[in-house]
Amino acid sequence: MTEVAFLLNGTPVRVAGHAPTRTLLDYLREDKHLCGTKEGCNEGDCGACTVMVTDANGAQALNACILFLPQLHGKAVRTVEGMSGPNAELHPVQTEMITHHGSQCGFCTPGFIVSMAVAHAQTRRDHDTTLAGNLCRCTGYAPIIRAAIAAETAPIPAWMAADQVILSAQISSGRSGGADSPSGSSGATSDVFCPTNSDDLADWYMANPDATLIAGATDVGLWVTKQLRDLAPVAFLNGVSDLQHIERQSDQLHIGAGVTITALRKALVPLHPSFAEMLRRYSSEQVRNAATIGGNIANGSPIGDAPPALIALGATLHLRRGAQMRSLPLEKFFIEYRRQDRQPGEFVAGVSIPAEAPALRCYKISKRFDQDISAVLGCFNVTIKDNTVFSARIAFGGMAGIPKRAAEVEAALLGQPWTPATIDTALPAFEKDFQPLSDMRASAAYRLTVAQNLLTRYFHDLAGIPTNVLEVQP
Amino acid sequence: MSMGKPLPHDSAPLHVSGAARYLDDIALPAGTLHLAFGLSTCAHGDITAMDLSAVRAAPSVVAVYSADDFPNMPDCSPSAHDEPLLAIGRVHYIGQQVFLVVAESHLAARKAARLARITYADLPALLTVDQALAANSRFEAGPVIWAKGDAAAAITSAPQIIEGSFNVGGQEHFYLEGQIAAAVPQEDGMHIYSSTQHPTEIQHKVAHALHLPMSAVRVETRRMGGGFGGKESQGNALAIACALAARATGRACKLRYDRDDDMMITGKRHDLRIHYRAGIDASGRVLGLEFTHLLRCGWSQDLSLPVADRAMLHADNCYHLPDIRITSHRLKTNTQSATAYRGFGGPQGMIGIERVMDHAAFATGLEPLAVRRANFYRAAEPTGPGTGHRIGAKYSPPNAAPQSTPYFMEVEDFIGHELVAQLEKTSGYQARRAAIAQWNAASPILKRGLALTPVKFGVSFTLTWLNQAGALVHVYQDGSIHLNHGGTEMGQGLNQKVAQVAASVFGVNTGQVHITATDTGKVPNTSATAASSGSDLNGKAAQAACETIRQRMADFIAAKHGCSPDTVRFEDGSVKVAGEVFAFAQVAAWAYQARISLSSTGFYSTPKITWDRVKGAGRPFLYFAYGAAVTEVVIDTLTGENRILRADLLHDTGTSLNPALDIGQIEGAYVQGAGWLTTEELVWNDKGLLTTHAPSTYKIPACSDRPDVFNVALWGKPNREDTVGKSKAVGEPPFMLGISAFFALSDAVAACGDGSVYPDLDAPATPERVLFAVQRQRHV
Repeated sequence: MTEVAFLLNGTPVRVAGHAPTRTLLDYLREDKHLCGTKEGCNEGDCGACTVMVTDANGAQALNACILFLPQLHGKAVRTVEGMSGPNAELHPVQTEMITHHGSQCGFCTPGFIVSMAVAHAQTRRDHDTTLAGNLCRCTGYAPIIRAAIAAETAPIPAWMAADQVILSAQISSGRSGGADSPSGSSGATSDVFCPTNSDDLADWYMANPDATLIAGATDVGLWVTKQLRDLAPVAFLNGVSDLQHIERQSDQLHIGAGVTITALRKALVPLHPSFAEMLRRYSSEQVRNAATIGGNIANGSPIGDAPPALIALGATLHLRRGAQMRSLPLEKFFIEYRRQDRQPGEFVAGVSIPAEAPALRCYKISKRFDQDISAVLGCFNVTIKDNTVFSARIAFGGMAGIPKRAAEVEAALLGQPWTPATIDTALPAFEKDFQPLSDMRASAAYRLTVAQNLLTRYFHDLAGIPTNVLEVQP
Repeated sequence: MSMGKPLPHDSAPLHVSGAARYLDDIALPAGTLHLAFGLSTCAHGDITAMDLSAVRAAPSVVAVYSADDFPNMPDCSPSAHDEPLLAIGRVHYIGQQVFLVVAESHLAARKAARLARITYADLPALLTVDQALAANSRFEAGPVIWAKGDAAAAITSAPQIIEGSFNVGGQEHFYLEGQIAAAVPQEDGMHIYSSTQHPTEIQHKVAHALHLPMSAVRVETRRMGGGFGGKESQGNALAIACALAARATGRACKLRYDRDDDMMITGKRHDLRIHYRAGIDASGRVLGLEFTHLLRCGWSQDLSLPVADRAMLHADNCYHLPDIRITSHRLKTNTQSATAYRGFGGPQGMIGIERVMDHAAFATGLEPLAVRRANFYRAAEPTGPGTGHRIGAKYSPPNAAPQSTPYFMEVEDFIGHELVAQLEKTSGYQARRAAIAQWNAASPILKRGLALTPVKFGVSFTLTWLNQAGALVHVYQDGSIHLNHGGTEMGQGLNQKVAQVAASVFGVNTGQVHITATDTGKVPNTSATAASSGSDLNGKAAQAACETIRQRMADFIAAKHGCSPDTVRFEDGSVKVAGEVFAFAQVAAWAYQARISLSSTGFYSTPKITWDRVKGAGRPFLYFAYGAAVTEVVIDTLTGENRILRADLLHDTGTSLNPALDIGQIEGAYVQGAGWLTTEELVWNDKGLLTTHAPSTYKIPACSDRPDVFNVALWGKPNREDTVGKSKAVGEPPFMLGISAFFALSDAVAACGDGSVYPDLDAPATPERVLFAVQRQRHV
């Protein structure tokens, strides 16, 4: 089948004869006997399998357990065994982890080391965020953070940039390992397709409408590792570079479907800080580095953290089928639980949002702050003129089978004075908009109560009254 | 003297470089087969049909076994022989092992295991403690009741009575390395690799399953990727399955649970409901107290009886309760069989009495710490020269007699008063309580809370015979030292601590002591590495082995120099005798050449303990380990979201064998304990299906959940008992420091009300539970 070429700890490897959904983790452990990378959960939630993957955009941390080999073509992978120098010199984060007693049972440690080394190379200081995707059951994290802080000032070891240097050289000399697609994968009849542009993707998907499109594989990965499904045909979208741009067009921001959550978050920090902060809590660093906004939308999750925010912003979704493009308001795309307005052979090409919405607030409620799936996600975008509600877009995740606008609540607010009394009057409308379910994340009663209370929070938040426990200092 | 030094974990350089080998990283012989269990999808029912043809026909499948293949079904239970390896005709919970697939790869085995067609005739499933109690479904004939004094009379005559009931959730271990075992057939037996805290138990169960003597089964454990009690008995099924398949196929076999399977199959911490009724006086003193524990034990007995016993043994915590009655129901339900988990029932018992203290403070309007102090055990009298208390001397001032626990053990070593006083000061407890009250008055939506809770945890196995350990030490002719003992390494640094003990005996650097895998072929008849006893037991046993060898070396070198062996010194890597200094290696070489044995076993059994669990009386523990914690939290009254802002911990590990490792245990235990009571929620649906069976839905603390400010200190005074280096056990006791987080949340919830309603928070205090507790305060 597909031959995939990449660098593994600095050495070129070519891999052929595997199912396209063979995970990097299984390949490392079973084929290469590189057993430093661990399997903790096999679903991208614990980070024990974290590896460093470098491409033209730089190095980032990814979960090897839900990373398929074709996604690595032309890239460089560095495992924990590759974090030390050519003469086994320890990386500063390794040294500090020993000094600060950052490992106990040691099983999560390789994943931590890789996450810490990548963050160190990026001179990141937001350790709680960069390590939110690495679970440790022994230490309580305190010594790990002490190690991360102690390593901050150490110089970045030269070998950490080696992959970047080799990749750049390959790309400039036009050799393989650069931007070409995996061999044997071109042509619309193959079971595995790795397009490099959206035109090719559109043609192939028209011819293979039952195929599975794989962007970041953060959800599809679990179809393979947990549901044990054999997926074919499949297309890997990570090479479709024309879908990976964010463009400002006058008052709109156009986001390509292939834009990762990490890239989106970075772009949104100055424009929609509350949305960006919510995306900081969208799964983990490793997942955000892989997951795409197109995947998040097309997946149709009733919770899916970005869609409620996008709906509250009044986002327009762009779909493509063959040569045909169409656009619709995002909320129209979600029809019912796991059913979307998408034709066979049609795919999400991108989404457009207003570049400004100063009143947008996104509230994510979950059992754990970081790397958890929302019980309720409420997004509010209310404009007030002369202390009267001029417009209201309110959307929730986790409250229905789809990400859904709170139309009745909006109607109860529109034209009313922006006062606590109006908020109270609007609360019963929530029951008209939503009949949430009880599940392992929360009861229906809690969901409904919290949804109502989030409107109250929004009122106080806009008034500058502290409502966020994350902002309280000890 | 390497004992007492804050040295890193011996495996730390291997951990950080990915070179530390766990079981799944060990290269097994070519042709190794991989196993997977097929699991029950029915909580309680009879198997009416089982079609495994598709499983057998699946690619790469070598063999499939079900109950039909075993006329004598091997048993996996650590206690009551009530856990058949594979279900025989009837299933008892969703996740029970029904059949076993043997295939060429891990993935092939997992895939094939999904292809079975099994039909069940449903039987009524008992899922809750209420259902089990109503059906009188329990282990043992009836509830276990221990009583001291007359609780009912004391309550009736008390000025005030408080009463309540609350639920405390279970806890998934979430060791990062899941359950795993492998079996490699030998010409005359079986070699087992197991990620287990209890190699001897694995050996015993495998030998029984294979009808072999224990001597024909060797079990090896180098390290676990976390245990926390979850690998005390839960590894039996995997090792037995591998051994049976290895014998049948003649090939090495390995079984590793996928994470979801692991969480679906294996036992967790016991959840329970605690009912209390207490008579109190105006100072908050508890005059009489009745506890009822309703523990959900799951489908098989496993370790539930000693767990439930230990919950009763910690129902007093630091408080003297003269009139008390504890009733403990060990209820049998159609759920995973609850098992050992760090604290082994202690946390469940302790949270009950802390709830009573919190409620008593609320009912009297007194400051909670004052109420706790009013109930503390009497302080231990200082003893020894210079203290003014010479035990036994005719004219010594009389010592106040120690007070006794509800199980009639005298509390001789209570240091709670001075430990809490120190923490109260270093944490600024009183000033912060005032500051928080002020802050809350000005904050309509966010509220803070603060609580101090103490810990007194009994150390020793309550099954007295388990309090023994062995070690095997060799000194080679080059002076290198091979250390082996019966304890297992699960991250706690046991091997490092024991190596420091050994190095201290020989006066060498710890690096000279070579740590080796736990191996039933080297040290037999070991106890589980559990009950926090690892370093107490194995440290002493290794010390004894080393001292035996050192004595032989001293006798030899002293004779050579014509001096007394007592004058020989082993220090700084040297042997000092009669004014001369020789390298340790030189003396080892000479001793070898002089035909002196440089190998010895060592053995230890804990003194003083005696326990009658039927009567609930005796001295089950050699000593108590103490600690206290102050936790500050903030809650959002609109959503129930909550967060720990600061924790100050002061914990007693005696004279620490390794302060760095001890602090690591304390920090980690606190976060794990706080996780138990906050974010970690196990949810079963009405069919008995555990719906939180992966880290996507079961939330252990993440990095940002640790306290923003986290001050941890060691008490640092020696153990009164003769433990190794005067140290104290540290594995479990600090777990219960996390209880302070729960009562800080309760305090924050109380700040939302008018003082008329006690904040009867259940655990875990998820945002949902906190929000509804706030609403009860506000009479919503």
